[in-house]
Amino acid sequence: MIPELGHISLIIAFVLAIGLTVIPFWGSFRTNVAAMNLAPSLAVGILVFTATAFGLLATSFLQDDFSVAVVAANSNSLLPPIFKFSALWGNHEGSLLLWVLILSTWMTAVAFLSRGLPLTMIARVLSVMGLIAVGFLAFSLLTSNPFERLLPNTPLDGSDLNPLLQDPGLIIHPPLLYMGYVGLSVPFAFAIAALIGGRLDASWARWSRPWTNVAWGFLTLGIMLGSWWAYYELGWGGWWFWDPVENASFMPWLMGTALVHSLAVTEKRGVFRSWTVLLAIFAFSLSLLGTFLVRSGVLTSVHAFAADPERGLFILVFLALVVGGSLLLYALRAPAVASRVEYNVISRESLLMVNNLVFTVAATIVLLGTLFPLVMDAFSLGKYSVGPPYFNAVFVPLMALLMPFMSIGPISRWRQDSPRRWLHELLVPAIAMAALAPLLSMMLFDFNLWVALAVLLAGWVTLGVLRDVWRRLAVGGSGGLQWQRLSPSFLGMTFAHIGFAAVVLGAVVVTQHSEEQDLRMTEGQSAELGGYRFEMTHISQEPGANYVADQATFVVSYDDKIIATLVPEKRRYLASGQVMTEAAIDAGILRDLYIALGEPIGERAWAVRLQYKPMVRWLWIGAFLIGFGALLTSLDRRYRVQVVSGQEPSPVKGQGLGFAR
Amino acid sequence: MDLHARRFIPLLGFVLLSVLLFRGLSLDPTSLPAARLGQIFPEFAKLELQSGDVISVVDLNQRPALVNVWATWCYSCRIEHPYLLELAKSGVPIYGLNYKDDPVKARGWLAQLGDPYRLNIVDDEGSLGLDLGVYGAPETYVIDRDGKIVHRHVGVLDQSVFRADFSAWFPALMDAQAPVAQRALDGK
Repeated sequence: MIPELGHISLIIAFVLAIGLTVIPFWGSFRTNVAAMNLAPSLAVGILVFTATAFGLLATSFLQDDFSVAVVAANSNSLLPPIFKFSALWGNHEGSLLLWVLILSTWMTAVAFLSRGLPLTMIARVLSVMGLIAVGFLAFSLLTSNPFERLLPNTPLDGSDLNPLLQDPGLIIHPPLLYMGYVGLSVPFAFAIAALIGGRLDASWARWSRPWTNVAWGFLTLGIMLGSWWAYYELGWGGWWFWDPVENASFMPWLMGTALVHSLAVTEKRGVFRSWTVLLAIFAFSLSLLGTFLVRSGVLTSVHAFAADPERGLFILVFLALVVGGSLLLYALRAPAVASRVEYNVISRESLLMVNNLVFTVAATIVLLGTLFPLVMDAFSLGKYSVGPPYFNAVFVPLMALLMPFMSIGPISRWRQDSPRRWLHELLVPAIAMAALAPLLSMMLFDFNLWVALAVLLAGWVTLGVLRDVWRRLAVGGSGGLQWQRLSPSFLGMTFAHIGFAAVVLGAVVVTQHSEEQDLRMTEGQSAELGGYRFEMTHISQEPGANYVADQATFVVSYDDKIIATLVPEKRRYLASGQVMTEAAIDAGILRDLYIALGEPIGERAWAVRLQYKPMVRWLWIGAFLIGFGALLTSLDRRYRVQVVSGQEPSPVKGQGLGFAR
Repeated sequence: MDLHARRFIPLLGFVLLSVLLFRGLSLDPTSLPAARLGQIFPEFAKLELQSGDVISVVDLNQRPALVNVWATWCYSCRIEHPYLLELAKSGVPIYGLNYKDDPVKARGWLAQLGDPYRLNIVDDEGSLGLDLGVYGAPETYVIDRDGKIVHRHVGVLDQSVFRADFSAWFPALMDAQAPVAQRALDGK
């Protein structure tokens, strides 16, 4: 009964979504206030019914109802309850339901938090989002019904959740990632609504900005968690693989990064308008494309869902309608006149243009690399795979190119600036870092040119930003620090830029200075790596909830002082017979020590992999700062005080964001 | 005018992309180019990973056998590895093709994780892989008694794949596998 109720809820949500697509949209052209006013209630209705469907599916999982096909395929009676719950989105059908649930959450949030906006705008934005909901609900109901039953041949027990996914990181990784993916539909909907209404102005940019930042922040956090999970769960210490599915989340992120910055220019200066609209369309299109790549079986990947051409065709048609339609709209409606607002080559506008170019090119490169095997296959030129070497070769120089501009950007002025001023502002940090970089990199590790360069660039970016913070605080000269001058959006930008510098530094250091050793070890034996001593004290076997684990206990010491006791495991899951490595990690700000068990070799001996990973945490701490910064910006006061009336592109109004001086 | 025409460029690009994706739907990224099926395994003269001897196709003499393409840089290979060990234990001859890899790392990997391979062909430049039409790692080929390539699997090989697609060539194994599965359930 429960699954049927869930199915019915989903159908009701689908009908409401059709209503949301049609009625307010129609109303916005006939200025029918009643029709437009329906939009928020319809959005709430969709949320209520998708949440009901979601809750009912979760109930089926928790109650071990193996007559439901997805439960039987992805859960097991021995599975701990929390994983029974997260198993809901460890598969295609359930994760699609999560997708729709998150979309309706965003829709409802837009409906409630945009009260100050013109009614036609809200109505159109929600209608566009309603259309997306129609597509995904239809996709779920027609091709991937999560409530399908296995009757009368109900299995006695389920075939278990993939052990790789039985991990706390995987409980929150997909929801966060989807918050980001799906959240990009909000700026998309705003862009489409603005194109339809012909109002691509500063207020449009100001309305989209907080939504974009929040969605992008979630996407950042989602990607960060995914990388972290891969690091500790896959068992050999890698943190990024350029796998097609990773790329599917990375492309919208790169495009989103360009969008976040481009929106700033459009809001502050009223320029780059068509470009910003295009980026908003691209960012969401890439997130739809990612959905297509992951769920259609077009590309092979470790974490792609089960391939099904029929589903692929459905998403492709939907993709063609949504993306094709919006690009056609763009071609017809984008402002054809070049902006009247002038800006000099030496200005913040130009620097942000560089940011936009770098990130757009980066997204294109990742797209090309991801699709290359498909292109060659389509033209019968053979089967290929594009590996990390390609991506690294093009990606690393791009990011290195970006960083000098990134250090100038935040201190530069709109409209017109002078290189002399930049020199004056940044010479001291540059010299300081140039002197410090080799020193720092030598102090921590052996000297390495790449690390020194990374320290230089990352330090330059950080010092530049911090100097700006200091000056803002100390301005006025009356002694006390002016904390109120640090607006949430300025602070958010500061966090995000420092976070980016940390990611770059962490990536370079861990790539250059990692050490690893594969050894055969028995009880009582010890080994040295990176100055640390690892002693294997004993081996044991422990039962877990739904697995049996072989454990080896290691005592790690440095200069004869015991630092940590680490217990890596090798688990054999009972239901599937799959074997999983659980690495043991001693985490630290400057280094991680990482032990993974290989195979047993003879009596009481194991193959062991020891790894020393310097500064690997900086990657995730940095990414966390980026995401946190992005979320922080949305608290800015000027987003809460919504301006209703149409405004001209506002000239630099300065202190709101505090960019102008 | 031309400013207006330029606005259609993104749409055009997208149309091309859609055509490509549509074509992609009808392709199976894991299927073997038909030309290779039924052919004799290509001739080669390569080093063996552990012994350093030069080996050729005649050394793959335990047949039918699996030829498994692997590398230490390939992370799905690590997921696949325990199952290969299990297969080797139950008597399936497996030859390794160590593809575009560093032999030192490869030896370390086998020392750490166990060695399911009868022989390992060092294909550090990937030239034999090219002859075979290797798409990436892991991949597993079946060569029959006569040395012909009769099946190809792209991606991780596990028990369900083996049962479905490989068992025809290793009929004796299916009975032998039951106790292995039983042991798994007993948690040993």
